[in-house]
Amino acid sequence: MDVLKISRELITRMIAHALDEYPLEACGLLGGDTEEAKEVYPARNDAASARVYTLNPLDHLKADRAAEAAGHSIIGVYHSHTHSEAYPSQTDVEKAPDPDWHYLLVSLKRSHPVVRSYRIEAGKIAEEDVVEW
Amino acid sequence: MAIEIRIPTVLRAAVGGQTVVKAEGETVGELIESLATEYPALAGQLVGADGGMHRFVNIYLNDDDVRYLSKLDTKVADGDVLSILPAVAGGSR
Repeated sequence: MDVLKISRELITRMIAHALDEYPLEACGLLGGDTEEAKEVYPARNDAASARVYTLNPLDHLKADRAAEAAGHSIIGVYHSHTHSEAYPSQTDVEKAPDPDWHYLLVSLKRSHPVVRSYRIEAGKIAEEDVVEW
Repeated sequence: MAIEIRIPTVLRAAVGGQTVVKAEGETVGELIESLATEYPALAGQLVGADGGMHRFVNIYLNDDDVRYLSKLDTKVADGDVLSILPAVAGGSR
């Protein structure tokens, strides 16, 4: 099974971002090395929607540069589901840009935020362990 | 002139794993054409059959989205950096 290693601090920052944007979906990128996230880069959701997100491409460019300056690369994307479970939707699967990325979901459907991570390759979803370090 | 082009992770396998490549051209379209000639695996990934940019790719010349400049006809100059990024989208619907 694949794994995503990520600190509690980065998870907290993603949840905080998701709560800040509620009821709209929040999105951002993960910087790091292969299976280890080292930074999160919150981005604007150009769709400004509670149902879909389009990650602002200029924010993507800035995150890409920042990750490279830190000796890392973009290894995944996170977004919130404000009213549904932390599981990739059909839209998430269809639009997944990179089979090597981690796809992290923050669900705000329940009383406590739920964070899960997936790999999406050739239309197939595989959940991976989120390991805090 | 040779312009630096930044390649996203998803396309790096098509350019031998490189993060940055150089290509010759006077416009964004010419750069992409010479890229596709040198790295045939990239052909069709950036430009559609209609000759326009794929909608699932964003191309930046320095800090500007070329869609808001002159698209593939955008002129490039010495020292410019072209960045190719996958469009990132999804949602609960």
